[in-house]
Amino acid sequence: MGVDRRDFLKIAGFGALVGLGGKAIEILAPGELEASTENIPLTKGKRWSMVIDIRKCLEKQEKDGCKECIIACHREHNVPDWGNPKHEVKWVWQDSYEHVFPGQPNEYIEDGIRHKPVIMMCNHCVNPPCVRVCPTQATFKREEDGIVSMDMHRCIGCRFCMAACPYGSRSFNWGNPRKAPKDLNPDFPTNRTYPERSMGVVEKCNFCVELVTKGELPACVQACDKIKVHALNFGDLADPESNVRKLLRKRYSIRRKPELGTEPNIFYII
Amino acid sequence: MYDGGKIITGLIIGIGLFLSPFFYNAGKVAKAPDPELTEKAKEAKECVASKPYMKAWHMQLLDEWRDEAVRDGERYYSTDRKTWEMPLGKRLMYELRGFIADDGKKDKKPKIGKVYLKSLQVTCMDCHSNKSKFCDECHNYVGVTPYCWDCHIEPEEKK
Repeated sequence: MGVDRRDFLKIAGFGALVGLGGKAIEILAPGELEASTENIPLTKGKRWSMVIDIRKCLEKQEKDGCKECIIACHREHNVPDWGNPKHEVKWVWQDSYEHVFPGQPNEYIEDGIRHKPVIMMCNHCVNPPCVRVCPTQATFKREEDGIVSMDMHRCIGCRFCMAACPYGSRSFNWGNPRKAPKDLNPDFPTNRTYPERSMGVVEKCNFCVELVTKGELPACVQACDKIKVHALNFGDLADPESNVRKLLRKRYSIRRKPELGTEPNIFYII
Repeated sequence: MYDGGKIITGLIIGIGLFLSPFFYNAGKVAKAPDPELTEKAKEAKECVASKPYMKAWHMQLLDEWRDEAVRDGERYYSTDRKTWEMPLGKRLMYELRGFIADDGKKDKKPKIGKVYLKSLQVTCMDCHSNKSKFCDECHNYVGVTPYCWDCHIEPEEKK
């Protein structure tokens, strides 16, 4: 008689084990998840952050519906207006207080902030989920100052980051910005020293990395300071004597969705 | 062979059609590209590197620049006159050995030339503001379509 089924399975099993050799232990050993946070570098040196004084901002908005920061940002970075909320490209944008801070439900909240528009931008998280999921490392965290930056040359438009970002800070380019409606973007491109994006890449607020490296303040902060509202404060969180640390020590502040552990670097003084 | 006459005529016509571009262009010389320098570029005399280097390697230079500027945050480029034309390996050795040039003598102070912002849109196109007569001239000739201009804005040209 030849080999029966029972013997064949035994031989095959042992054969496989021998063939694999030491590999068998490696395969069965508990491994590390590919999307783990362990390879994201911690910030060395500076940690740029922003403290937004909502009261000052709302006060100005009540007066004249101020949108200076949004306009300045979009002009600086050639962000087109598509006139269609589904194709909206968001760098700095607004939503009602309840939507910005969904973890603070309070039916009887004071009228001063109830349904009031709050500005938002990329949080430049200490622990950014978008960086973790990016398959080409197009989105990366700058070690020297903690800015979550994008290398548009590498983005393949897979939109994993959009799914990963819990703040909706990322927008997809559904069309070529140069083909955005002319009547909404009369003098596009508005900044000839900054590039546009092409169709099929994701973009977001870059904390004005191109200005900050030159020693200037981000465009939104400059715009806010220009109209003397000073609601946006940009500074280094790693320096205990910086303007932002002083503000945070003095006033009560909240962050968006802190329960997720992403550690946003944008603070709101309520 | 059945219908031999028809097949052979067909073949001759077919091959003739296939080769027609060759006959059409035979004897003519395609115009060699002649990139035009703007007044500003002529005045500057020298680019960020020498002319032969830029002719052959500008794409590698731009590629290095974009990685260094975007990913490493090194936004300034200095034209180190000793190193710009060395191949990469040689350049690394030169820098590692503390600036010992080919003749074995040590350069006391590596010469640092001018400093430029690493930017295609701001630095390169400032002098070479005539994209259609400078960049496109050769790119069209060799049939390459670099996708730089999908995002980077070319300077406005007077027509």
